[in-house]
Amino acid sequence: MSENNLQNHSRRKIISRIMTLLTAACTFFAIGILLLIISYIAVRGVSSLSLQFLIDTPKPVGEGGGIGNAILGSAIMTALAALIGLPLGIGAGIYLAEFGNGWFGKITRFVADTLIGVPSIIIGIFVYTLVVLPMGRQSGLAGGIALALIMIPIVARTTEEMIRLVPNSMREGALALGAPQWRVTMNIVLPAASTGIATGAMLAIARITGETAPLLFTALNSRFYNGYLDQPMASLTVQIFNYATGPFEVEHAMAWAATLILVGLILLINITVRFLTRKKF
Amino acid sequence: MQSKISISNLDFYYGKTQALFDISMEIPERQVVAFIGPSGCGKSTFLRTLNRMNDTIPIARAEGVVKIDGENIYAPGTDVVALRRKVGMVFQKSNPFPKSIFENVAYGIRINGLHKNKADLQERVEKALRDAALLNEVKDRLNSSAFGLSGGQQQRLCIARALAVQPEVILMDEPASALDPIATQKIEELVVELKKQYSIVIVTHNMQQASRVSDKTAFFMLGKLIEFNPTQKMFTNPDERLTEDYITGRFG
Repeated sequence: MSENNLQNHSRRKIISRIMTLLTAACTFFAIGILLLIISYIAVRGVSSLSLQFLIDTPKPVGEGGGIGNAILGSAIMTALAALIGLPLGIGAGIYLAEFGNGWFGKITRFVADTLIGVPSIIIGIFVYTLVVLPMGRQSGLAGGIALALIMIPIVARTTEEMIRLVPNSMREGALALGAPQWRVTMNIVLPAASTGIATGAMLAIARITGETAPLLFTALNSRFYNGYLDQPMASLTVQIFNYATGPFEVEHAMAWAATLILVGLILLINITVRFLTRKKF
Repeated sequence: MQSKISISNLDFYYGKTQALFDISMEIPERQVVAFIGPSGCGKSTFLRTLNRMNDTIPIARAEGVVKIDGENIYAPGTDVVALRRKVGMVFQKSNPFPKSIFENVAYGIRINGLHKNKADLQERVEKALRDAALLNEVKDRLNSSAFGLSGGQQQRLCIARALAVQPEVILMDEPASALDPIATQKIEELVVELKKQYSIVIVTHNMQQASRVSDKTAFFMLGKLIEFNPTQKMFTNPDERLTEDYITGRFG
């Protein structure tokens, strides 16, 4: 009997070891792909990187040129999208989590889930008819609106999920002190969920920073530095698309360099928000 | 003895399931009343009808009259927020907010606007902590996280938080069920101390605890109030056979 136990024991240990190794291998595979992509981009892109490249506007092939205006354009349109999308998305998420148990909440949730799945180019066409056609031209404003529309459902759903993670006992604790519902939401639930909400917002921002398709229809592109929202605006992703589809090797090199910058920026957003939302309590 | 809370013919439903049946009782002022009974007998549900905490459950419905100081809290137009200020609650699992120790206690004071100025706020927080027998253990780290406290300390923090808004009644839902014997003893001593100022209702699974801290005991089973008598009588010479069987451990 004891021998049998011993056999079982060693068998169990071997299985446990194999399973641990398997999951570790999966993890390495997942992280490995990311590292591979980043290092490949870095290797290809770093040769064309220079301060001039970060400041210059695109120039005819052979005269150098850079992505300064594209960085500015991306920043402006992402900021505009965040300005529109974050309050609307977070607000909708709060509603869904705290008050959205009726039929209206159910419909909103379904619509948001569907909207998340809609290909971004369709959002681009939608904004094209809604904003670009009446205005008569592509613009940074239209680009920002398109990006905001992509953002809202993502932010709403992650906000809702994060708020639902706040234990109900915490709400009851505040209600039992005579706190009205809105104060419970504002100063107990939201702070408790803030890290998660910020992470969702960050992921949404990172996602729209990498969007190309909706900008092709809405913001188009521009060869100049341009801060006017009613003018066509350059963006990193569309500039990468242009450089990468160009016929010359120098353009391809610049596309890699711009890609490196884009990935670096997204990484930077991630790190910054993680740093800002460290748990204090 | 004047009664603080007067319950008459209270029925309570979760959807179609009836959880409480025709309960009537008088809860006296500045005494400790213990609710005992087997799990699922409705004692927590009943406790939560007394500050309308069940309002947060959409399918819950109460019928009957619960009067606190003569006013029916289920009358239409009742200010639930004011009611809960008057009837504080301590939960089974301690539920501090993700804030500092100081801010946990200050929260109720702030939202109800009870303090005149900063110094007054400080004073009220310290008084609540002192009344909850916690001040000496935390006075050097009022600004550190409430989650750093031990389980027993967290529960006393929640009691301090409830005391800070100056309620008249305190409802306690198995406040010591997750604590070790020493922390439990501290909570029990505290309950006995607090009844000088507050009317206290405490739900407990621990028969010894009920006999140690309470003046009157109510025994519930299957949503019905079986017996409600002075604790002394309840534990020596109960009127009902069921009560005796439960207390002596013949079932439950």
